Amino acid sequence: MDTGSITVTDSPLLRYTLRRADDALILGHRLSEWCGHAPMMEEDMALSNMALDLIGQARSLYAYAAEVEAVGRDEDAYAYLRDVTAYGNVLLVEQPNGDFARTIVRQYLYSAFIDVYWRRLMASTDATLSAIAAKAEKESAYHLRHSAEWVIRLGDGTPESHLRAQGALVDLWAFTGEMFTVDASERALVDRGIAVDADALRDEWRATVTRVVAQATLTLPADGWMQQGGRDGRHSEHLGHLLSELQFMQRSYPGASW
Amino acid sequence: MTPPDDLALATLRDAARRVASRVVDPEIPVISIADLGILRDVVVSDGHVEVVITPTYSGCPAMNTIQAEIEQALAAAHLSPVSVTTVLSPAWTTDWITETGRQQLLHYGIAPPVHGEGRTALFRTAAVACPRCKSADTSQLAPFGSTACKALWRCNHCLEPFDYFKCH
Repeated sequence: MDTGSITVTDSPLLRYTLRRADDALILGHRLSEWCGHAPMMEEDMALSNMALDLIGQARSLYAYAAEVEAVGRDEDAYAYLRDVTAYGNVLLVEQPNGDFARTIVRQYLYSAFIDVYWRRLMASTDATLSAIAAKAEKESAYHLRHSAEWVIRLGDGTPESHLRAQGALVDLWAFTGEMFTVDASERALVDRGIAVDADALRDEWRATVTRVVAQATLTLPADGWMQQGGRDGRHSEHLGHLLSELQFMQRSYPGASW
Repeated sequence: MTPPDDLALATLRDAARRVASRVVDPEIPVISIADLGILRDVVVSDGHVEVVITPTYSGCPAMNTIQAEIEQALAAAHLSPVSVTTVLSPAWTTDWITETGRQQLLHYGIAPPVHGEGRTALFRTAAVACPRCKSADTSQLAPFGSTACKALWRCNHCLEPFDYFKCH
């Protein structure tokens, strides 16, 4: 049976670009699940707006992937026609929304990483990646500020909000290590000045997170076993469910447009 | 002396630029794409007009409409064939909004961006004057508003809520 799935050409630059795009798309999709369900109107708008920024960043990156692969695909093909094992996002962004505290903590841990990541990528020798990073960084800085303020409000709020924020921090901590992994194919791009050495961002990320977690009266979890595999297509069960919704229209009605 | 061909080219370019400049932002229909700073260039070669625009935010949903409206406006002025190209670099900033654009926003009831607003300082907000009563006694209701480029504010003096065009 033809499932309509595509197989993407294997090249370091393409894989690198798709991994960044997948992080943005999957987190953007997760945030969009809050639309109409957030605890208050203002946060409904905030989460939807952040989703829009992230999906916009994903579009730019997928469009560049199409240019790099140059086999006549467009940005939609990568989002809608790749199977779950072809996705290269980190496991953190596919984790379910849970309650508001969990969504905010996930957003904060990611934003604190990606903001510094985009800032470094602005210096990339690849002009398109540098341009996308310069645009995305302004957006991620705003997400970082917003999510940090909420981590502080929740942590230093009521006993209940504190409990939920701390619980989310503990549960999600094991997914943070993967953000800093750099495999051999990415390392080669780092050496050529194209990619960012994520491994070198650990200290800066940790300093940012430590500051906000302390202000939020929360406790930083100890570094233990770190979950990984997402970058190589080994995902938690959650991503398949997410994609079944995200890809439903194009899989059921191939080429549908309106 | 300018050769006639160059003169014709410059005239065509100016005409195309004038027409493209008049296209307005569909979300804020009082400000033109030129005054918003997203119209980056108009290039003419071999009778073909290329209009270059840049998005305000990566996910701005108005870009497709703006592109279609530029194409329609130029076609209506018999300036075709036309193509619209989107560039990301340099990244758009609210500093590119013209003084005319800032006044248009204000008249429409949207407070224009405040320069030098702190980017990452937590719990810090800019001093934004109410676009209606001009009072400086205002507060932020929500950092995200009706579109990606705006935040929601309220005037503590006249008690009206208003949109603030975020500094970006």
